[in-house]
Amino acid sequence: MPEASADIVRLDGAEKHFGAVRALAGVDFHVRAGECVGLVGHNGAGKSTLMHMVAGTLVPDSGQIAVRGVIEDNYSVPRAQQLGIRCVFQELSLCPNLSVAENTRINHPALSGFGWRRKAADLIAAKLDEIFPGHSISASDIASDLSIGRRQMVEVARAFTVTQDPLELVILDEPTSSLDAHTAGQLLAFVRRFVAAGRSCILISHLLGEVLGNADRIVVMRDGKVVASDAAKAFDRDRLVTTMGGAEAREKIAAEIATQKPEAGPLRVRARPARQEDGNELVAHAGEIIGLAGLAGHGQTDLLLAIFAAAARSKAGIEVTAPVALVAGDRQSDGIFPQWSIAQNIGIRSLARLRSGLLISPQREAELATFWQKKIGIRTPDMNNNIFSLSGGNQQKALFARALGSDAKIVLMDDPMRGVDIGTKLEVYDLVREEAGRGRTFLWYTTETEELDNCHQIYVFKNGRIVANLRRDELTEKKIIQSSFGDAA
Amino acid sequence: MASLRLLLAKPWIWSFIGAALVWLATVTFTGGYGGGGMITAALSLAVFTVIVGVGQMFVITLGPGNVDLSLPANIGLASAVAMKVMDGNDQMIAVGLLAALACGMAIGAANYLLIWALRIPPIIATLSASFIIQSIDISYGRGLQIKPPPGFADFANRQILGIPVLAILTVLFTIGAAIALQRMIYGRSVLAIGQNIRAAWLAGVNVGRIRFLTYTLSGALGGLDGALLAGYFRGANVDIGNEYLLASIAVVVIGGTSVAGGKANVPGVWGAALFLVLLLTMLNTFGVSAGVRLLLTGLIIVGVITAAGGQKALR
Repeated sequence: MPEASADIVRLDGAEKHFGAVRALAGVDFHVRAGECVGLVGHNGAGKSTLMHMVAGTLVPDSGQIAVRGVIEDNYSVPRAQQLGIRCVFQELSLCPNLSVAENTRINHPALSGFGWRRKAADLIAAKLDEIFPGHSISASDIASDLSIGRRQMVEVARAFTVTQDPLELVILDEPTSSLDAHTAGQLLAFVRRFVAAGRSCILISHLLGEVLGNADRIVVMRDGKVVASDAAKAFDRDRLVTTMGGAEAREKIAAEIATQKPEAGPLRVRARPARQEDGNELVAHAGEIIGLAGLAGHGQTDLLLAIFAAAARSKAGIEVTAPVALVAGDRQSDGIFPQWSIAQNIGIRSLARLRSGLLISPQREAELATFWQKKIGIRTPDMNNNIFSLSGGNQQKALFARALGSDAKIVLMDDPMRGVDIGTKLEVYDLVREEAGRGRTFLWYTTETEELDNCHQIYVFKNGRIVANLRRDELTEKKIIQSSFGDAA
Repeated sequence: MASLRLLLAKPWIWSFIGAALVWLATVTFTGGYGGGGMITAALSLAVFTVIVGVGQMFVITLGPGNVDLSLPANIGLASAVAMKVMDGNDQMIAVGLLAALACGMAIGAANYLLIWALRIPPIIATLSASFIIQSIDISYGRGLQIKPPPGFADFANRQILGIPVLAILTVLFTIGAAIALQRMIYGRSVLAIGQNIRAAWLAGVNVGRIRFLTYTLSGALGGLDGALLAGYFRGANVDIGNEYLLASIAVVVIGGTSVAGGKANVPGVWGAALFLVLLLTMLNTFGVSAGVRLLLTGLIIVGVITAAGGQKALR
């Protein structure tokens, strides 16, 4: 087959910015007919953004997309559907209140008229039988009654059903994340058959073995760029990990951290994740900065919230010996009080200390706010302005001030640096280390590996469990990746 | 000039301006006759709306979905309890008032128990509670009108220089409520919960306790209101609280408290209560028929809420 026209999809110089964040920095990417492309990279490397473009849910800021050699100017989801490009996204997207058959109908307007439900049921049942023989899912089951694994099976099967539109390329974003080994094997075998029949597939997975074993070609992304693209045979596990992680040595704040490892102060937190089956547990002493690492959403936030709740009401498996404050990462839903001034937003965690007699003293509240404005550098002419008068980074500083200005000896940080500019980050890192030097304990969940350089001890999470416990001097990005992908361990 | 602009920026000022306009319109219509008496009467009646309105305000400020619909039934039952305990005897006035308060608090606590333990939305919980309370009231009071002790009826109707004593006491009470709202941990916590309940929890606010306290407070104020109403109207009955369902919510909203929660003010409750009472008086004076009166009242409330809602599209 001639090279050019064999491309199902080709993106040239695709760029995407979200505000100040550059998610994709000029990416060239293509998928040939009859090819399974494996796509790997860290959280935030740009994989999802790229796939959203292929699926038509995001439009590139610049660059062009061509399908079967024809440049598409008004590319969109319906257009992608017409051209036979489907996507199974990570977020499960079945309507929970509808049956499996009804969910199938949503993607197939052609199933209309009398008895459409029957037709949809036959369609999805046949596909489920083909991909997952012996699946025991009925087309009349309501989606919300199915286990998460079965929902994922339905979702995958639905993407492969065909009525009027053709089917050329299916994007599978973490398709096996909720499947057990057996069904995952069934799916991957089906993908091989699908590809052998001349169709194409993009496989995104954090299980590197899965990608190495099933992709024809592997594309590695880092920091919004494609850093490697080669036949799967040319990769092995180590080369993948090194390519993803960036082998070049980084500047480490770490030297400082490594040298001044605090002598073990009194115990502050001892916690075992709810799903932990072995004896691993998180232990934090006074003065320590503890990192919670691993892929996003693998139980780090859950453990922080459990520790937070345990501070107020004792809970089995979690021991907390001092007051706790939390710095939210999702500012709008977990942190900000939109009606209030900056000063009030800072003071809320410390109301009891701001009282004189029964009443909150406005003077003390203002003093607290001014102190932290200076200390953490909140850029505003007046701390009595509404919190939304601040930029995102400064709002986040106000949330830090709320926690650090409180009586809390333990500060939980739920990936608080999301969407914060680098200048603010560096200021806050310094402050965190300084406060730890004064005996505060920090539990710091972060998705950015560089931030772990600030930590004395790192716990790596996978599937709601602690899978590794690294001292600062043992920390390498490679180790973290290896633990969080852990299928070879 | 600057202070005037500051005053105009207060969300509650409009309810007072509305009340003043209505009063002026009425007095103009009567040719200046009865202006003072009208204010006295308005104060006497507004008191009862203000007391339950403050309770409702704290509840509504807890955030979307929070409302106490059991107030009318609560008022009815508490009025009967108070009158029965007082039993026409001046010595028992204090005990009767305490009984009414306790009755109201129990109702408020029960409301929150339903909301918390059964996870029922407050609107349903308080509504269903009110049916239960009403049944209790009917079997307890047997539908009879029970008279207050003469001393209590006297007290509820007493005036000093044309100003009802109850109104003076209620002003003092609302000053306390305003301080609690803005300057005490309780009020701050209510405001925080109303803006973002999850953020409030994560900022260390004891969400469960504050919500419990708020529903109990609303219940207690309903109970107190029931006793006072029975004293003022010289008798308790099942329907005595009926008009306070809508009135308590209306004064909160007209007064500039946000229905979305997290933003409240106490003076507005007074302004709005006076406005509603004066509005009724005005329509009566104009000789408008009952049907038209209700229609106009409804339209005016909708108009005020629309006007008041327009200025605070903050987000």
